[in-house]
Amino acid sequence: MRFIIIILLFLLSTSISAAESNSGQMPKHKWSFNGITGTFDRAALQRGFKVYKEVCAGCHSMKLLYYRDLIDIGFSEAEVKAIAAEYTVLDGPNDEGEMYERDARPADRFVSPFANDNEARLSNNGAYPPDLSVITKARKYGEDYIYNFILGYEEPPEGMEVGDGMYYNKWVGGNQISMPQPIYDGSVDYDDGTDNNAQQLTEDVVTFLKWAAEPELEVRKNLGVKVILFFLVLGMVVYLAKNRLWKEVY
Amino acid sequence: MSGNLEPRKYKNPFLNWIEFRLPIISYFEREYGDYPMPKNCNYFWSFGALATITLMVMILSGIFLAMNYTPHTDMAFDSVERIMRDVNYGWLLRYIHSNGAAFFFIIVYIHILRGMYYGSYKYPRELNWILGVFIYLLMMVTAFMGYVLPWGQMSYWGATVITNLFSAIPVIGEGLKTWLLGDYTVGNATLNRFFALHYVLPFVILGVVGLHVAAVHVHGSNNPAGIDIKSKNDTVKFFPYMVMKDALATCIFGVIISTVIFFGPNLMAEVDNYIPADPLVTPAHIVPNWYLAPFYAILRAIPDKLGGVVLMFGSIAILFVLPWLDRSKVRSCNFRPIYKWFVMLFFINFFVLGYVGMLPAEGLYLLIARIGLVYYFGFFLIITPFIHRIETPISLPMGISDVYLGAGEKKPILNSQKEII
Repeated sequence: MRFIIIILLFLLSTSISAAESNSGQMPKHKWSFNGITGTFDRAALQRGFKVYKEVCAGCHSMKLLYYRDLIDIGFSEAEVKAIAAEYTVLDGPNDEGEMYERDARPADRFVSPFANDNEARLSNNGAYPPDLSVITKARKYGEDYIYNFILGYEEPPEGMEVGDGMYYNKWVGGNQISMPQPIYDGSVDYDDGTDNNAQQLTEDVVTFLKWAAEPELEVRKNLGVKVILFFLVLGMVVYLAKNRLWKEVY
Repeated sequence: MSGNLEPRKYKNPFLNWIEFRLPIISYFEREYGDYPMPKNCNYFWSFGALATITLMVMILSGIFLAMNYTPHTDMAFDSVERIMRDVNYGWLLRYIHSNGAAFFFIIVYIHILRGMYYGSYKYPRELNWILGVFIYLLMMVTAFMGYVLPWGQMSYWGATVITNLFSAIPVIGEGLKTWLLGDYTVGNATLNRFFALHYVLPFVILGVVGLHVAAVHVHGSNNPAGIDIKSKNDTVKFFPYMVMKDALATCIFGVIISTVIFFGPNLMAEVDNYIPADPLVTPAHIVPNWYLAPFYAILRAIPDKLGGVVLMFGSIAILFVLPWLDRSKVRSCNFRPIYKWFVMLFFINFFVLGYVGMLPAEGLYLLIARIGLVYYFGFFLIITPFIHRIETPISLPMGISDVYLGAGEKKPILNSQKEII
């Protein structure tokens, strides 16, 4: 029985690391939010939001997020108000029965770049730019895939015909995609002096997307450690009691 | 008649008052306190308790999820994400519920395999086995409908594929499918009724579980030796002996499921289900939940649609008659030297079927699925009914106390007894 417990503890530690990693050929990036005690780097999240706002948000919506959610990544309420106010939303009807435009408020959802799916398709050569709210959960290999994919634009290999309005990417299925390379060195200027090469920009924006998809990650891992410890300690006590009890049985 | 004449069974007058009018106190005492368990039961006998606990957790977490869920095609996906983001500990509820479903199946599979290996389905527990298979069937239906509710791509296309199976039935097929869907295609009517059924079926399961437990308590639990209880010395009381073992099993299970819930909550989920359902875009591979995959493999192993459907339902239906297919009088495979290995191979085969069920049905995978299908039915229709004719069982021990080796160091004589056995 003692061996079983030791084996279980061993399995536990390996299964946690296995749960975190994906097998396969997708190169893995080192993320601050991986591991049992992983957390999001607030500065990286804020930089990542800037990259999203200035690059991705041109085409991609994030309909599941509210501006108020940004308080979680370290913006103050006043900053969030200012960010929201940069966008306009259609509200109404008012007392005269008319729809009217107003500045977005923290309680509003992220404003989408296109009025509807059809407009989005029309502006993007017929391809629909997917919503990014849960994108790291919606792709195999999650954040590692998104990271490699954004940096995966290359010249097509010799002999490969890339379709009209399509771009070669070595990680996407079929190696062709209608989205042009979104991030280059220096695409976005950082205010905090962080180097803005393509790798850094990508790492930051993917960190932001991971947070957007799993905002509960830090609380979850923190609570998880406590719950597992609870079961371990209780299990230990129950084990001793059970042994004591069963000694009388023969 | 005055209250003074009421029998005084318990010290507490309130308990006496209840007991006299509804003998529920003595019922619980008899069934969950003094209930005799064979003392040689190993930890495989804790999986029934684990399954019951999991069912309770699923029902509780499900009720709270339902309070926040919207069964409408336009809002279902967003409402699930709202639970994950804006409901207090909603992410915990949902991850408990989604991973709990997977673990419920793991537990029930181990519970079923235990019953098969130790021959728990044999006389006099046949009805108990039938009720168990019925629970399993209800679980599959419930899980399938639950998987549709988040209204992601896999929800939609899984529902489309599975409900399409009914159209393979001759004559009434198309009508039946439309009747089930409430529409010509999977749509809002389907989502609504699936939600209603997904809410109610767990309570049906709970009822059948009640019958299942009541039935096993009539003749008592089976045990690893598969022999009957002969004396009181063969047993221990359910409380505290088995309760303590079950509590330990629950703690270990708690550690394992918490690891997944908190550190890899989407491990057993399909990534495509985080893409909202789109009837115009078919995913590259439509896969069922892994716990239904063995039957999906059987379905696809047959090139003919009707044939596949018949075999898939047949593979579940055949479980109901297992007690009559097995002609051997020996219950436990510990004493069946040949059949034991066929049973083990059946377990492995079921696992392999599940594995190929998750992969595209082509080439080698399809071949493996077909071999697995042949063994699945061969096991039930050829090996199980006829193996006892060529198999000589190892002679059974005289009594449970002879095989019980608890605190074995104290009683070295038992080892020699075991050799005789």
